[in-house]
Amino acid sequence: MTATQPAAAPGTEAAEPPGAAPSSSATARKPGGDARETLYFALRNPKVVIGSVVVLAFLLLGLLGPLFLKFAPMDYAGPPMAPPSADFPFGTTTFGQDVFAQFVAGLRSTFLVGLLGGGVAAVIGMTIGFVAGYCGGLIDELLNMLTNVVLVIPGFVVLIIINAYLGVRSVPMQALYIGVFSWPWVARAVRAQTLSLRSRDFIDLARLSGAGVGTILRREVAPNMYSYLFMTFVLLFGGSILTAASLDFIGLGPTNAMSLGLMMNQAVQWSALHLGLWWWFVPPGLGITLIVGSLYIMNVGLDEVFNPKLREM
Amino acid sequence: MRGYLARKTVIYGLTFVVAVTLNWLIPRLMPGDPVQRMVARAAVQHPETIAAMTAYYERTFGLDLPLWQQYLNYWAALFRGDLGTSVWLFPAPVAQVVLDAVPYTLGIMIPAILLSFVIGNSVGAMAARSGWLDNVALPVGYLITAMPYMWLAILLAWGLGVALGWFPVAGGYDFGMVPQWSWAFAGDLLQHWVLPFLSLFLVSLGGWAIGMRNLIIYELESDYANYLSALGAPRRLVRRYAFRNAMLPQITGLALQLGTILGGALVTEIVFAYPGLGKLVLSAIQNQDFFLLQGTLLFVVIGVLLANFVIDIVYVLVDPRTRTGLTGATS
Repeated sequence: MTATQPAAAPGTEAAEPPGAAPSSSATARKPGGDARETLYFALRNPKVVIGSVVVLAFLLLGLLGPLFLKFAPMDYAGPPMAPPSADFPFGTTTFGQDVFAQFVAGLRSTFLVGLLGGGVAAVIGMTIGFVAGYCGGLIDELLNMLTNVVLVIPGFVVLIIINAYLGVRSVPMQALYIGVFSWPWVARAVRAQTLSLRSRDFIDLARLSGAGVGTILRREVAPNMYSYLFMTFVLLFGGSILTAASLDFIGLGPTNAMSLGLMMNQAVQWSALHLGLWWWFVPPGLGITLIVGSLYIMNVGLDEVFNPKLREM
Repeated sequence: MRGYLARKTVIYGLTFVVAVTLNWLIPRLMPGDPVQRMVARAAVQHPETIAAMTAYYERTFGLDLPLWQQYLNYWAALFRGDLGTSVWLFPAPVAQVVLDAVPYTLGIMIPAILLSFVIGNSVGAMAARSGWLDNVALPVGYLITAMPYMWLAILLAWGLGVALGWFPVAGGYDFGMVPQWSWAFAGDLLQHWVLPFLSLFLVSLGGWAIGMRNLIIYELESDYANYLSALGAPRRLVRRYAFRNAMLPQITGLALQLGTILGGALVTEIVFAYPGLGKLVLSAIQNQDFFLLQGTLLFVVIGVLLANFVIDIVYVLVDPRTRTGLTGATS
């Protein structure tokens, strides 16, 4: 989407995000053991380091920021339409609300949506991908069909409608809807990887020793794809954030919380564009762009860490 | 090839049935009653009048029948091209309202999709194996891709529209004009078209460029490319083969992304108050007009299905393997 925004133009979307291209092939490696080595290469990769520093900085700001702020997001804190100053780092809205306080509160919902939405999508997509890829046969056909059906329905449009109809306006609910519509590309990718793994010797060995399907998937197949699964989650995380921002912007966001999309919605509704209040709509969009952009760049870096062929050293 | 198309047709048929059923079902789960709203809007006090009006509207919208019959009627009406009556714009038929909005959406979407696909893929192909371009294109591409659709739209509206005053920031044509076939109106239409088109085009661009770059690098490192180079084939030839192979996943990607790009178009339209499907969806939601919402969704789904089908056929033309029936496990 997905998503609200697309993957090649990833965002929302229901489609495969950029960079999820074939370069990120899961290599069959010995699970565990080389965790320290992975960390070593991760810390030496500028893309991973810069990306995670930016994301963590925003996360910390969202978590700790409210503790140090004098105003609640919706409080009438100061003079209306004040440009950024020492008192109000991001200025104030037409109603004199502190834009910085709103931004910090919005960061919280942003991370929550990313975590929950990305998590739900990852669980659904990976489960379906593993089962379809490993079991094959009729189960594979059926799951594949389900995946294709969800893939072809424009997820974002369905999301708008479900969101408008059910009208349960909380961040977790929104994340749940988003997760339910953004898994298909994950299922496809994981299925393809599982297909290539399932004929390997060590899987045959596990099967011969009488392990059940669940055990084999958990103990043998998944550990060989941990790096790929982690990168998939990072992409889903970013996609959920973009989708949520679009929904919030349309006015279908949570009614009991502040979010970055909602800030943009309010800015446009109260004609911040025409009044020249750029400090009202630039920070929320920039925040999302930086967080999601850092996630994508981090993903490229992780690819290089996990896939020795891509390392430039 | 026949097996491939048959498979595709089954999937599209199934998707269509699921979508239509979902479409029919969702409004029935919705809190709030459109008939009550219509009656309330008439502001009549007399209980008998209210009862009569309720009965009339229920009959008009076909809500007085048992559920299974409503479902069958919905399908029957669908095949007659009847999508019901709009509550918000009563008594305008939904099909007409939607058809009026479709040209605007297609007008920004089709050029934006095609141009960003062509230009993005070219830039991506050039960026692979070209140091400085890669260093510029990659970060910029990721940042553009990470931008929320509406934020880029807002920035464009603010920068090029409000601050510089080059383009109008709202509407499909000037409010003072009446739609007609004239040069003045066409020029006005074009002016209003630029910003929504530009924002949609820019957001899609980065993703295509990055995808193509990664695919080309992957292809250039593959065995056949190494073999060709070892044989002393010119670089240009190797790159041409790599490009051809890298195009296939990109075409699949186009199909995958249609629904997503459409979502982007809807949000973009809302920013620019552009009179297409996106604005219609918003109005329908705000006015709780679920017949209109339903009709719009159905239209969107059919559009995406058709476009996907066209891409599948193009795929057959581009990829010889689908023609010989070696489709493999991926569908």
